[in-house]
Amino acid sequence: MEIENSTIQSLPPKRRPVAVVALTHIVLVALSLLFALPLLWMLSTAIKPITETMTSPPVWIPSKFLWGNFPAAVTYGSKELGYIPFLVYARNTLIVTVLSVGGAVISNSIVAYSFARIKWPGRDLFFGVTLATMMIPFPVLLVPTFALFKWMGWVGTFRPLWVPAFFGSAFSIFLLRQFFKTIPMELSEAAKLDGCSEFQIFMDVVAPLAKPALAVVALFTFMGSWNDFMGPLIYLVDQSTFTLSLGLQAYQTQHGGTPWNLLMAATLMVILPVIVVFFFAQKVFIQGIATSGIK
Amino acid sequence: MNRRRDARIGILFASPWIIGFLVFLAYPVVASFVYSFTDFSILRPPRLIGLENYSELVRDEVFYKSLVNTLVYTLGAVPLSTVVAIALALLLNTKVRGMAFYRTIFFLPSLVPMVALGTLFLWVFNGDYGILNDLLRRIHITAPNWLGDPAWAKSTLIMIAAWGCGQAMIIYLAGLQDVPIALYEAAEIDGAKTWAKTRCVTLPMISPVILFNVVMGIIGSLQVFAVPYVMFPGGAPARSTYFYTSYLFDNAILYQRMGFASAMGWVMFIITLLLTLLSLKLSERHVHYEAG
Repeated sequence: MEIENSTIQSLPPKRRPVAVVALTHIVLVALSLLFALPLLWMLSTAIKPITETMTSPPVWIPSKFLWGNFPAAVTYGSKELGYIPFLVYARNTLIVTVLSVGGAVISNSIVAYSFARIKWPGRDLFFGVTLATMMIPFPVLLVPTFALFKWMGWVGTFRPLWVPAFFGSAFSIFLLRQFFKTIPMELSEAAKLDGCSEFQIFMDVVAPLAKPALAVVALFTFMGSWNDFMGPLIYLVDQSTFTLSLGLQAYQTQHGGTPWNLLMAATLMVILPVIVVFFFAQKVFIQGIATSGIK
Repeated sequence: MNRRRDARIGILFASPWIIGFLVFLAYPVVASFVYSFTDFSILRPPRLIGLENYSELVRDEVFYKSLVNTLVYTLGAVPLSTVVAIALALLLNTKVRGMAFYRTIFFLPSLVPMVALGTLFLWVFNGDYGILNDLLRRIHITAPNWLGDPAWAKSTLIMIAAWGCGQAMIIYLAGLQDVPIALYEAAEIDGAKTWAKTRCVTLPMISPVILFNVVMGIIGSLQVFAVPYVMFPGGAPARSTYFYTSYLFDNAILYQRMGFASAMGWVMFIITLLLTLLSLKLSERHVHYEAG
């Protein structure tokens, strides 16, 4: 499932008429503009003076670039009672995200290893059930899960947001299992003859070969955790424990008249880490998504 | 003996998920079914009340309102996103120069976190200073009141969903690149032009991928929550953006009617199952699976 490489496999392309190629480019450029527009508009708003957010027709290129809008957005409302610095939300999000990613990588890989490379009774049936659970809508689980965490006294803490990650997720298990299956069994058998335990084979033979797949799981978990809105909305009570999602929402509603330039600066800061991570891991990321649609 | 040992180690390795499956999936599914027959809140322990939650549900106007809103949204968002995602993937698959660049641009929106999507599009659709209305003014179209008119509010959410179709697009693109070149060559020998090739070769060959994306899209759209929650507090205007999950959430957390919310959850479960089965059934004659 290599996206770039398959281009190479294709037969020598027939020369397409110049007009067709040109038309394709025009359509692509127009659509790119359409798709990029909201993001460019956000950037433009985030760095312009407040007066220029309220003009019609809008100003695209600000008269001066106010990079100071970013620190201003972070400290906006600091004179108000009960002010929570934006950076606290960032720290909270980071805690939840790092714990979730760590938990997901550890648990999903070991579980997927079991599904892919160890034989045990009921394994394939259970794997089928595991796949089927991906169809269960989250709202169905909402009440009992909430009641459970309430009973455990975890409501108001970060635990409901990251502890489940340590117990695996169907999608990640599926993704890793497919990958583990492509690693030749002979490697495991050779290691076994050398006296390696199953856990050593997992750690020293299979896991190192599965780095790209593990990266995909780490990335998806990062995205899920960073983007999660309903989880924090249900479980976080005190505003000082809010994550960025909740923080941004509070930011938009509570101050009422939050100036648009600062709101867009804050929005941009929430989006930016995701985009940065994407650019560093683009290839792995796209492959992961592409694979998820196949069988 | 090896087999016994394997079984023990296999189950040991799988145990995090066995526990996770039992505690975070199996138990909640069963418990929410049981809770759906009870009157229950954080303050009161569950008390069996038979079918009362369900009989209240069928008489509840807000329930119908939120259900219809959700179905209308799904009916708009899934087809539109599917068409946009396939169209983009087909364009990218023409292998023109700069494909990686275009692919990145089309994909980026799907990375935007839900809440950020909400705040961003409040600004894009802003009636006075929003960029969309400015563009429409330039081509002399009177823009509707996107955020304030019940007839339009849902369509803004549908457009946002289509804007973020990048993940589906990538899956389609991967599917397109798996279509054997030989099929196109055969079609060309038969005199097929671009559109005929698309209709008779490409679409049948990627139909399993379409089915996968549509089913995932339906399941996701039925749960729509975060973007409307941010953009339209309380489902304004006139509850036109009050969705099923919004109502379920409000019942469970806000009104503390957890038995009622559980009944709603199970109804949603059944609706999801039915719609999934319906998609599979309807697609039977159209989805083409390669032998082997």
